[in-house]
Amino acid sequence: MSAASVALAGTPLPTQVRSLAGRAVVRTLRQPAMIVPSLVFPLFLLAVNSAGLDAATEIPGFPTDSYLTFVLAFPFVQGALFATMNTGQALAEDIENGFFNRLALTPMRGSALIAGQLGGLVVIGLIQATVYLGVGLAAGAELAAGPLGVPVLFALSILISIGFGGIGMFMAIRTGSGETVQGTFPLLFVVLFFSSISLPLDLLQQDWFRAIATANPVSYLIEGIRSLLIDGWDLGALALAFGIALALIAISITIASLSLRNRMVRT
Amino acid sequence: MSHSRDSYLSAALGIAWRSLHNVFSNPALLIPALVFPLFFLAAFAGGLSAVSEVPNFDYPAGYTTFIFGFVLLQASALGGVFTGFSIAADFQFGMGRRMLLATRRRTSILLGYALTAAVRVLLTWTVVTVVALLGGMAIGGDPAEIAGLYLLSLTVNVAALLFAAGIALRLRTLQAGPLMQFPIFMLLFMSPVYVPQALLTGWVSHAAAINPMTLILNTNRELLAGEPAEIAATYGVALGLMALLAVWAVTGMRRAEAAG
Repeated sequence: MSAASVALAGTPLPTQVRSLAGRAVVRTLRQPAMIVPSLVFPLFLLAVNSAGLDAATEIPGFPTDSYLTFVLAFPFVQGALFATMNTGQALAEDIENGFFNRLALTPMRGSALIAGQLGGLVVIGLIQATVYLGVGLAAGAELAAGPLGVPVLFALSILISIGFGGIGMFMAIRTGSGETVQGTFPLLFVVLFFSSISLPLDLLQQDWFRAIATANPVSYLIEGIRSLLIDGWDLGALALAFGIALALIAISITIASLSLRNRMVRT
Repeated sequence: MSHSRDSYLSAALGIAWRSLHNVFSNPALLIPALVFPLFFLAAFAGGLSAVSEVPNFDYPAGYTTFIFGFVLLQASALGGVFTGFSIAADFQFGMGRRMLLATRRRTSILLGYALTAAVRVLLTWTVVTVVALLGGMAIGGDPAEIAGLYLLSLTVNVAALLFAAGIALRLRTLQAGPLMQFPIFMLLFMSPVYVPQALLTGWVSHAAAINPMTLILNTNRELLAGEPAEIAATYGVALGLMALLAVWAVTGMRRAEAAG
């Protein structure tokens, strides 16, 4: 048994969660290849899109005169998609290299495994949100909601990360393959781009695209974040975004838990 | 002399045949090169068409055609990079060493991969062009201009392949994938992707002004719309890039050979 497995045996649930969450955080922070792309790539696209599409603010009806502010929601959601990959990849590696099987031999509860992974995700999500907001504001973006909007923005951002992280966990537990988890990234990218990420829903001209973006829940997650940046306190947009994020969490964690139960039985 | 040329071509064709067989018998290798350009075409032409209403957005052929100019450039460049992944895999897993032993002139190996990249990108162009036409793309250029457009795209494909080959041959591992892909991705996006160059603002406008991809992209769009284009200058830049990157790839081959 590994040291982590020994440490978990006979310990109460909070201790199990703390131990696994600590491992998840340390493991991620020790692998720059996992965290750097999730910081750099969204910021690169933010920089390119904010300058390349700045002229879009001249479209009649565009909600702000700063495309940087408008598109600052982009890295928050894209960072959450990276969380899906990172969480799923880490768990799949645990399954592939046998760590998961060793954990299954201990009295560890399945809920501790899930909560532990998500605990690690919250820490990474906080780092990402801090960097994205800091860089955005330094570059000239506005936060219409003011300082009180920061904790709300961070809370929403972390809930979105947890929701997508749950999907990553589900895929990892279901397939046990890091390669499969990685292979779903383009699909998640499609979900992001076929939304209101580049223009507001009411300015999307192509009917087919507007229909997809309107039906895509990611559009409302983006608009929740965007409302804090552009409008201040739009309670309707925020309620919708928080509601969708919580629903995403409920669904993704439920299916991840069910898959975990099946895998524990198989093990 | 003729025998030497025949054996050179025969080696290149053999390598191309093998690589193409690998690609066309493995959907995981074939599909991303087809799906990515289609994804960008749909996402940009569908989601950003309102951008054409920006004052001074001057492109008569419409936004789908405008974006197609970029997607064609991107598909051509990434097609070369994806073949670079094949080179890295071949040299990582030992096939490259056997190729070095089996060929008298090493450049035949590069020619083989260039033929692979060209055939792959031909398929991608066909699919992307058909989808764009079905999606309402208007073409204002005459057949000669369109032929010039695809020939220019082929030079971009070869240049990107040579760039990726130089990295693949030096590092000889698939882990070098991001090093092949990311610089090309950055160059592509630091050009006037969404709006004409005159409407760019901020740092991207400065980057685009010195980015060789900007000239190629502008010419792509002008040829598509049938507008006057800086054809000679663009071909000069594209062929110059190809020549420089050929040196980079050939010296990479020498490094791979020296590494044994």
